[in-house]
Parts: sequence; C-alpha cells; structure tokens
Amino acid sequence: MAVAATSEIGARPSRAGRRLSAPTWVGTVPFLVYVAIFLLWPTGIVVVDSLKNPTGAWAFSNVTELGNSLVRGYFIGSFKLSLLSSVAGAVLGAILAYAIASGNPDGVVRRLYLAGSGVLAQFGGVTLAFAFLVTIGPVGLLFHASWYYDFPWGIGLIYTYFQIPLMVLVFLPAIDGVKVQWREASENLGASAWQYWRYVGGPLLMPAFLGGLLLLFANALSSFATIIAWENQIAYIVPQQISTALSSEVGLSNVNVADLLALGMVVLVAIVMTGYALLQRRAARWLR
Amino acid sequence: MSALVKAAKAEGTLNVIALPPTWANYGTIISTFEKDYGIKVNSALPDGTSQQEVDAVKTENGTAKAPDVMDIGMSVALANTSLFAPYEVSTWSSIPTAQKDTNGLWVQDYGGYMAVGYSSKFGTITSLNDLLSPKFKNAVALNGNPTSANAALNGVMMASLAEGGTASNIADGVSFFQKLKAAGNFSPVSATGATIKAGTTPVVFDWDYLNLSSYVGVSNWKVFIPANAVLGGYYAQAVNKNAPHPAAARLWEEFLYSQSATGGQNLWLQGGARPVEQQAMTSNGSIDTSAASKLPAVTGSPVFLSPSQSTDAANYLAANWAKAVS
Repeated sequence: MAVAATSEIGARPSRAGRRLSAPTWVGTVPFLVYVAIFLLWPTGIVVVDSLKNPTGAWAFSNVTELGNSLVRGYFIGSFKLSLLSSVAGAVLGAILAYAIASGNPDGVVRRLYLAGSGVLAQFGGVTLAFAFLVTIGPVGLLFHASWYYDFPWGIGLIYTYFQIPLMVLVFLPAIDGVKVQWREASENLGASAWQYWRYVGGPLLMPAFLGGLLLLFANALSSFATIIAWENQIAYIVPQQISTALSSEVGLSNVNVADLLALGMVVLVAIVMTGYALLQRRAARWLR
Repeated sequence: MSALVKAAKAEGTLNVIALPPTWANYGTIISTFEKDYGIKVNSALPDGTSQQEVDAVKTENGTAKAPDVMDIGMSVALANTSLFAPYEVSTWSSIPTAQKDTNGLWVQDYGGYMAVGYSSKFGTITSLNDLLSPKFKNAVALNGNPTSANAALNGVMMASLAEGGTASNIADGVSFFQKLKAAGNFSPVSATGATIKAGTTPVVFDWDYLNLSSYVGVSNWKVFIPANAVLGGYYAQAVNKNAPHPAAARLWEEFLYSQSATGGQNLWLQGGARPVEQQAMTSNGSIDTSAASKLPAVTGSPVFLSPSQSTDAANYLAANWAKAVS
C-alpha cells in the first residue's frame, strides 16, 4: 500500500512528455509477437487440423473419438498421474521449503538445497527413469519394489523426484516473505501454533501454494520422456498415445488424431486453470 | 553400371536416414560404400522410425538434405508408394517374387525371424510356456508398444503362432501376454541395449538379428525361436522419387543388393540379418557360409504377414492390447 501511494505522488506526468512518448502498449509487442508465433499459431494449427481428416477435408466427426473409452482412459491416466505427482510434490516440497527457510538464510545447507533443487528440478527423461530402474527396479541395487510398475504409483514416485525440487524453488520466496514478527505478534495475542497457521500463515501462503501446485500439475501433464523410458509397451497417458498416433509403424498413425488428443490436453489444462482461478480467488480474498 | 558410378561420383553425396550403425551391420555397410565409391554418406536421425523416414521425405522435399533412400517397414512402405521411384537392381531376378513390388517401387532387403533372446542364467528355454514360470518374474519384455512398433507387434504375433494361432488372428498372442502379466512376468520396460546390459530386461522378444549376443553386448545371451512359430519380417528399400542425389541413390541400391563378398547382401548376413537374396546366393555359392552358419536354427517354414493380416493385427491390438496387459 505504502509503495503504491508513493509512486502515485512521485508520478508527475507532463503533457509534453506524453505527446512525445510512444503508446504504452508498444513495449509489449515483442512479447505478443512471441506468444503469437510460439503459442497461438501452433494452438490454432492443432485446433484446425484436429477437425480435418488425413486428406485435408473437414471432419467434425473426429470429436467423437474423445468419447471412445480407450481415449478417455488416456485422459484419466494423465489426470491421475499429474494430480498424484503434483499434490505429493507440492506438499512435500512446501514442507521442505519451510524447513529450509527456518534455517540460516546465508547458511551452507540452504545454498546446498537450492543448488541441488535447481539441478534436480531439471532431472528427467531417460537418465531419471534408468536411475530408478537400477535402484529399485526388478534387479534393483537397493531393493525391489514390487509395486514399481503399478500405474500411477511407480511412475508417480519417479515424477516426485523432479516435482519436489521444483516446488522448493517456486515456494521458498513466498515463505521468505512471511515475517517472523507476524508470528510473534500472533503469539503475543495468545494464538496457538494451530491458530497461527489457520488464520495467518496458511492464508498468507495459500495463493503461492496453489500457484506452485498448478505449475507442478502442468509440468507432469506435459512430461513424456520419463514415462517412455520407464515403460513404453503400454500407453497410460495422452502424450504416449500422441506419440503412437504420430509415429506408429504398424499403420495406426493418424496426425489428425494426434492433433485431437493435443486439443484434448489444451481443454484439460483450461479446465484445471479455471478451477485454479476459482480456488485462487477464494484463497486470496484477504488480499482485497 | 559404370555410367551410374560416374554420375553418382559426380553427385558426391548420399543422404540416408534412420540407419543405426550397430543395426544389421549398417556401420560397416556405410563405411564400405564410402570407401568403394568415394561418396560421402550423410546419415540423419540414426535411431528414427520408418514413419519418421517418410515424414522427413515429405517435410524436406526439394531440399538438398532430403533422404535419397529409405529402409522402411512394410506397412509404412505400402502406405507411401506415391513417394517412391521404381528401380530394379541388376540382381532383380535373385529376389523372390513375393518380396518385391512388381514395378520395383519397393524391394525387401533384409530381415529375420522373431525370436526370444534371454540370459543364460535361466538355463535353456524350449517352449514359450516356460516363460510363465515364476523364475521369470518381471523379466519378459517386448521391444516397444505393439500398437506403435513393428517389432513388438510381430513379437505378439509370434506368441500367437506358438500358441497354435494363425497369422490371421493375433488374439492368442494377446492372451499369452495377458497370462504373462497375470503371472507377474511381463516387464513394461521397453528393452534397449542399456536395459539388457543392466539386467532389467533379461528376456526380450525381438528379431533374431537384434537378439544376437554381439548386438546386445551381453556374452551369455541366447536366442530361441519356437518350433512352428517362425515369423519372418523384412524391411524394404525404396528410392525417394525426388531424391536430391538420384544417381547415388541408385548406386546405393546396387551396392546393397550386390552378391559380392563385400556387397550389401553378405554384409547384412555378417550382421546376423537374413538377406533377401540368401536362397539364390546359397545356390550360386556367393554366400558367406561361415556367417550363414551362425544364424539361429529354426524348425518349420517361415510365415510372412500379408498387408491385410498386419492391418487386422494392428486394429485388434489398438482395441485390446492396453486392456490385456495394464
């Protein structure tokens, strides 16, 4: 609030300056062009092509594919895996971030964890799957987890390996923003630890937590290389089936079906985003 | 032939795609061709699939880096004949009629029989049903998803034949894998050289030439082809009709189908693959007999899937595979 007030006073728009300066939206042009080329254009292609047949004619009947029980199964698989790994990753990552934040802000442990998280959040694909395979797979060095191939538990466990560090990275700044004085103030007023978290800490951190959860969900949804390396003889999730639709050697490839599945993922993300926006509005009520 | 060599040398370059150097001896085949003719071979996307080869021909059409020649699976070949230029190599008459297009749009080149490769720590496998025993827990893998990879589809089809089914119906194979899954022996990890070396996939359904101990790099690796389940699979050569190096492309085909001691047919054989002219070469004595004697023994006559049998199998798998094994 104080910051906003200062800047209002500080801003002294001069008439001459306004006439000379370019319209305010000019600065956003590079961003908008970038978004148009790399997001809107490909999305447009996906939408249009998903409604065509391989010869290029319109085929709105493609949409009925989405009602096919097999296709529904891939979407349910994708949703389950993303939900499981994002909730587990967000909760465990948030706890870890809190533990890191309560330590020495300049300490070795914190720097070690942040550097490690930065690396591990990017650890995925064949290397990650293989690391798990030789550690707890069928001939695991450590032990053999018999549920290792059960979907979504096995692959969900592998996903948390990059989800937790990612959550630490995105959630730590929010925890750092929580002032120790707020805790002291609530304790002075007689609040218990539970009451502090229920009425002060929790509501403060909830928007950042939900934002992190959404990021993790999208991260899991679009992951492909890890599950392909881990188990590739059965398609459980949509990206695997998109791969089959694009590159089947046995005559089952159909680019338009791949587009349709991709469109389905766009819709799935849109639904999750809507849910997120509604939750966020509720969680951030205190900000208004 | 000498005019072709001259024209190809003038072009100086050949673009090939999706030829892994360790696959069917392609590393040696490429280097021998380069040495014999002084033509540089650009090998793009060595681990690509047949579909990716065709996609590259389409997307790079008209550019200098478009693939000149393709080595592709039969279903992809039959679906894309409009991209190919007809060409009959000089050894045309040595190629069995069923294994080539009458106009030479595609010609099968090498292949093998579907086999079970396994670590000798399991002893000796004599029947496919041995794989249902508890000692194979989490051990048996295919090379990919059968709705996507040709080798995996043929793995399921071979199980079908071994179970007494016919090539027209893959259902028996799917139920065999369902039994494997129920026994806890099916491993969903896609077999690669790394998983075999690590011991994660100690039993693998794959073509016999990819199940050689020298190919997988494991010394105690054995190969088993069930009796009366000899399922053959051959790849095919095709020339891009808009090849940027048309003469080099045709010279490459001549080289691959050459019966000379260092020609493509014997080089494939040395890589453990069965060259398409094997029978003719055995008759005329040009075959490398020591390489031929190393091929896994088979009982029964080979079965080849017709295009419609492949399509039926693929459609059945699309609807039933995931349900059976997940």
